[in-house]
Amino acid sequence: MTWGAQHLIVTYGESLALSDVSVECTPGEVLAVVGGDGAGKSTLLRALAGIRMRHTGTLSLPGPGLTGYVPAEGGIFADLTVDEHLDFISAAYQISDWQARARDLLIRTDLVEFGDRPAGKLSGGQRRKLAAAMALLPQPELLVLDEVTTGVDPVSRLGLWRLIAGAAAANAAVVFATSYLDEAERAGQVVLLHEGRVLAAGPPAAIVEAMPGTVTDVDQPGPARHSWRRGRRWRAWDPDGRPAGIGRVSLEDAAIVAELIATGSTP
Amino acid sequence: MKAMILKEFRQMRRDRRTVALMVGLPLMMLIIFGYAARFDVATIETAVLGPDAEVVASQLGGAFTVVKLDPAGTDDEARAMLADSEAAVAIVTGAAPKIYVDGTELFVAQSALRRGESLPAGLESEILFNPDLNTAAVMVPSLIGLILLFIGTVITSLGVVREREQGTLEQLAVTPLKPVDVIVGKISPYFVVALVDMVIITLAGIVIFDVPFRGSLFLFAVFGLIYLFVVLGFGVLISTVSRSQGEAIQLAIMVLLPQVMLSGMIFPLESMAAGVRWIGYLLPLTYFVQAMRGIFLKASSFGALLPPLVVLALMAVAVFGLAVWRFRQEVAPKTAKVATS
Repeated sequence: MTWGAQHLIVTYGESLALSDVSVECTPGEVLAVVGGDGAGKSTLLRALAGIRMRHTGTLSLPGPGLTGYVPAEGGIFADLTVDEHLDFISAAYQISDWQARARDLLIRTDLVEFGDRPAGKLSGGQRRKLAAAMALLPQPELLVLDEVTTGVDPVSRLGLWRLIAGAAAANAAVVFATSYLDEAERAGQVVLLHEGRVLAAGPPAAIVEAMPGTVTDVDQPGPARHSWRRGRRWRAWDPDGRPAGIGRVSLEDAAIVAELIATGSTP
Repeated sequence: MKAMILKEFRQMRRDRRTVALMVGLPLMMLIIFGYAARFDVATIETAVLGPDAEVVASQLGGAFTVVKLDPAGTDDEARAMLADSEAAVAIVTGAAPKIYVDGTELFVAQSALRRGESLPAGLESEILFNPDLNTAAVMVPSLIGLILLFIGTVITSLGVVREREQGTLEQLAVTPLKPVDVIVGKISPYFVVALVDMVIITLAGIVIFDVPFRGSLFLFAVFGLIYLFVVLGFGVLISTVSRSQGEAIQLAIMVLLPQVMLSGMIFPLESMAAGVRWIGYLLPLTYFVQAMRGIFLKASSFGALLPPLVVLALMAVAVFGLAVWRFRQEVAPKTAKVATS
């Protein structure tokens, strides 16, 4: 069964958080939700996690206990130890014979040495890894991860990615929000949000291919609105240029161009 | 420095709760200390019993206000009236005239004794329930209510708001735990700790401060349980409208302060201006203090304790019910496989 949202509209007071957003979370596939600050990523993920909010549209979600969720704030109980977190999750989800799986998750998140440590005394990255382990322990059908790799060191991020990929391989539908476009490129499907609207959706390669014009490396910035720094050089978007082809343009380029178009920064 | 001052004013202007606290609290204190915080008592509810009741009642002056006149009344009835808080002073006329004063109402009792010149001459007086007018005997039973109120509002609300700040309430909402599991599980430890506190304070009051416990242990427990539901309800309710722990503390202060000042715990309700006294009758601590003093010191009858019991029970249903309903909105996940609104 495919989970997701159809024509989802969410408002907070008078401000529109999501406007007619539709996403599909397919078992065995990873969906990345990307976008700038205030794009609506967390709202979409909260809706997919089943958090109650005022909305119109349709949400197709698994039943109780079949969703694993890491909220943007972490979702960690600061006064509980690492082991107590997993103990609580196993009891809440009524998982039997969970100890071996919990230990495996702790090993894979490099937390096995910190079982007795209160979560409040873990580093930011360790807390995110613990949150991921908690979400993965019940082997959910839908795994919703909000910025789970933020603040995690590069090596640990790789470890987390292995866990996420493993969950998808076990047929979970995985949806995650991220600010790292290189991470989003690993996903099977990407949804690019801007101010609550979907600017682009599909496999990363398709989004790149659909980008109008071309993006090239330049030594000096062109028109300010169409140039952005990358490393020591600049990337410049030429809306009328011939498509550069996959490989020359990254998902990050395509995302920036989509936002430029959305904000009316076209010539 | 100018930039710093400007920044602070901008922040303050947008922090409406702090502004409300800064403006509202002084106003509240002005009203409380201006109209409510009085130790002098203007009205002393008096019962006059016995064969010469009408004559004696006609001689009463000053603050003594006759609330019952019964020529057939007896000495035992006079004592019972004070035990059930039907009057603060009872005068028994006849062959051995006597005046009984309720010692659990410290300021009322002191005021009654000070105003002896307004009473008929030759009356022997006796202070009941607290003959030495011991302050601890009156304050310790009231303090139980205050401490439970503190735990219920401040500690509980902070505990729940902290969960929201850490994103753990949402985490809980996604688990298969039912909202009732989350709510009961969240509140139970506070409930148990508050109960333990209640027992410790009671024992300490009895052992250390020689506070007598003359009433029903069962009624004491019933009042404690019902009152706990009210104060825990306040705590949860505060947490549902607070975005941060700072906001929760501000709201808790706004709930605590009027209860301390207007419940009759410190200042007698009888001495408050009528315009302020009605606020006291809206506060749960008012009824809990009445009940605790009645149970500890006077062994008040069930009939006398029934009105505060009913009021507290209604408050418990209303406040706790509203709190649970609001909290449930937050922790209740969608249960249907496909949810549409």
